[in-house]
Amino acid sequence: MHELSIAESIVDIIHQYVEEKHLPLVHDVSVKVGALAGVVPDSLEFNFAAITADTPLQNARLRIVPVPFVIRCNECGATSEPGGPIAICPRCGGMATKTLSGTELQVAEIEVNEPEEAP
Amino acid sequence: MSVITIERKVLEKNDELARQNRTLFASRNIFSINIVSSPGAGKTSLVEKTLEQLKGKLNVAVVEGDVQTDFDAQRVAKYGVPVVQIVTNGGCHLEAKLVQDALQNLDLTNIQLLVIENVGNLVCPANYDLGEEMKVVVASTTEGDDKPLKYPGMFRNASVLIINKTDLLPYLPCKIDELKRNALSINPSLIIFETSCTTGYGVAEWCTWLTGKVFQHKGTK
Repeated sequence: MHELSIAESIVDIIHQYVEEKHLPLVHDVSVKVGALAGVVPDSLEFNFAAITADTPLQNARLRIVPVPFVIRCNECGATSEPGGPIAICPRCGGMATKTLSGTELQVAEIEVNEPEEAP
Repeated sequence: MSVITIERKVLEKNDELARQNRTLFASRNIFSINIVSSPGAGKTSLVEKTLEQLKGKLNVAVVEGDVQTDFDAQRVAKYGVPVVQIVTNGGCHLEAKLVQDALQNLDLTNIQLLVIENVGNLVCPANYDLGEEMKVVVASTTEGDDKPLKYPGMFRNASVLIINKTDLLPYLPCKIDELKRNALSINPSLIIFETSCTTGYGVAEWCTWLTGKVFQHKGTK
């Protein structure tokens, strides 16, 4: 159930950013969620909708951008998606691998109305 | 409409507070570990056995995390070490802020090792850095040998795996070699210890290693 506190952190980041930059209404929020980030997308969407209800973000859509788990083998050099959490090279069975992606949990983009022209 | 790239880590606030904790530990030459496991794997028993073993060798302080009650802090207090209980009131994991606040109530004078016992949960604590030097995951034999595959995040983020309740192996279908193989397939660099907190088996080996880490860490400061 840490999706609730993750949703709260996302909302905090947007609020802070929008305030700092004096931005208008936010329509869309995209969040990168790595395959190994341990976050359930449905639960995150649910919690985001729940805590933004009746707030200025109530119409903002949370878009989850999945990021696959990708490793590079230190032994054979192959880059691969193991398909699960196992960090073993599917090509040569090498156990010394480097994680290239899959642990992300990041607010990537927000979509806002065009800022109004300064008079 | 315009799209603005933000690229900010969702847990950046927690990470910043964890950094502050880490700085505090470094300034006091404290080595800290974050013990995680499912409920009932034996975290508190391991803490007790570790305190018993390290008595007179290392100055240890303990932060206990639980959803309710201070039962664990009471157990640990019997070993005469500084201990503080965090009650999360429903929260399923510790966050850096909770630890930071708890440290206000803990006397860290001359402390060399800080043990943080997280809330029993194999999912959420994996995401939250508390400022510790390393995560120690406890997996007990009663949980089965497939735990690492079912909860990979925790095993991936831990540096040490302690396989506890080895005394029960004769009565269980759990195959310890399979458990190790599964854990290493998720995280090949895991350092593995086997313990039974009931018989005391393996505790000395773990404590010797841990003490070495504490002094090695100190040497680098």
